[in-house]
Amino acid sequence: MTRIGVLGLQGAVREHVRSIEENGAEAVLVKWPEQLADVDGLILPGGESTTMRRLIDRYGFLEPLRAFGESGRPMFGTCAGLILLAGEVVGYEEPHLGLMNITVERNSFGRQKESFEADLSIKGVADLYNAVFIRAPHIVAAGEGTDVLSEWDGRIVMARDRHYLGCSFHPELTDDHRITRFFIGMAEEAKASLANL
Amino acid sequence: MNTGTDRVKRGMAEMQKGGVIMDVVNAEQAKIAEEAGAVAVMALERVPSDIRKAGGVARMADPRIVEEVMNAVTIPVMAKARIGHIVEARVLEAMGVDYLDESEVLTPADEEYHLLKSDFTVPFVCGCRDIGEAARRIGEGASMLRTKGEPGTGNIVEAVRHMRKVNAQVRKLVHMSEDEVMTEARNHGAPFEVLMQIRKEGKLPVVNFAAGGIATPADAALMMELGADGVFVGSGIFKSENPAKFARAIVEATTHYQDYKLIAELSKELGEPMKGLEIAGIAAAERMQERGW
Repeated sequence: MTRIGVLGLQGAVREHVRSIEENGAEAVLVKWPEQLADVDGLILPGGESTTMRRLIDRYGFLEPLRAFGESGRPMFGTCAGLILLAGEVVGYEEPHLGLMNITVERNSFGRQKESFEADLSIKGVADLYNAVFIRAPHIVAAGEGTDVLSEWDGRIVMARDRHYLGCSFHPELTDDHRITRFFIGMAEEAKASLANL
Repeated sequence: MNTGTDRVKRGMAEMQKGGVIMDVVNAEQAKIAEEAGAVAVMALERVPSDIRKAGGVARMADPRIVEEVMNAVTIPVMAKARIGHIVEARVLEAMGVDYLDESEVLTPADEEYHLLKSDFTVPFVCGCRDIGEAARRIGEGASMLRTKGEPGTGNIVEAVRHMRKVNAQVRKLVHMSEDEVMTEARNHGAPFEVLMQIRKEGKLPVVNFAAGGIATPADAALMMELGADGVFVGSGIFKSENPAKFARAIVEATTHYQDYKLIAELSKELGEPMKGLEIAGIAAAERMQERGW
């Protein structure tokens, strides 16, 4: 069975676990770097990116997470997780993991009272998808080879770069599991192709 | 596009799970809290233990303090409005505060009615001691709950009591036969529909944090062990000798609440924790948890 990890330092961890299980894959709550060895793909959940970064540093997760991505195993970041994955973050000198070829801007739709729900069309996943944006970041620029999967109001809100998937919104807050299904598919493909190397 | 929906308001609290929300009274403290890994800060004029000491009427913070904190950090900023004070709440909402606490730590403005929180775009957190209070606040539109505990005491006993009570009552409700729920609703003064929803989902429909008396990393871990989704730390941090170290220790103990060796390490040489108060020594009229209904 495909095993999908969820980085369990802080945030909406439980919801991702539920969504993975609804899709028939095995979910692993990853609280320590050693656990990364046992998973085929990893979800970086929504939460507070600054908090997660502090805990990533504190528990020596930074290099193991980068190595995980560089090994070719898929990673999916939602909201705060997208910020962690990005190659560049507007206003910051250094990115966090810096793995995905995109530039993101934090809190780019405003404060909490501007948080919203909107219907999106997501290439290859869903024609109509109700997305929940909470103090959301957006993708300011997608680098070469990065596939823009969805835009809202002229802003990129979901993209895929190689085996990295990221979105501004929170699929884990809805009962629509199609995006998780899509990511599990990416992990299954990567698992098969890595096994053939 | 829709703003202020239940999903957006409750979802915001979901993102705070597993985290620590810290009381701060200025920009400098807010930065220390953010640096230590707080998921949000609560901007206040005084922390609860100082409110207790100062006596008199405690009100919404000076907007200048709230503004200063909002400008200092990128994590969400919460602020407290008095129970039933529609205008304080509207003012804080207009300022762009991310979450409001309709709080018993402040002197209530209305002794009969709480705010109709569903009327606001900004989400609210409210205190509760039992499932009746929890369900009434949810019924009024609260998007997040916390135990009341007994704020500003550094004594965890009331927060433990409230967390255990709510969770035990939720478990009882979940196993109850459907035809018993109306009587349960009457007994708790709780909205029937909210109880039916809790029963169906097997849990509260909103996140429930612990608050009121958390003074050490072990206290924070205890509340997580008892089923809290996260913790609020009020007076404990900035009343301690080394706030930055103390704040980091609380954050880590909350993340790894079952790693006892780690908690032992974190708890070393934190300096003197805040001096606690015995609940029995506080006159009933001065117990903040008795405010609200």
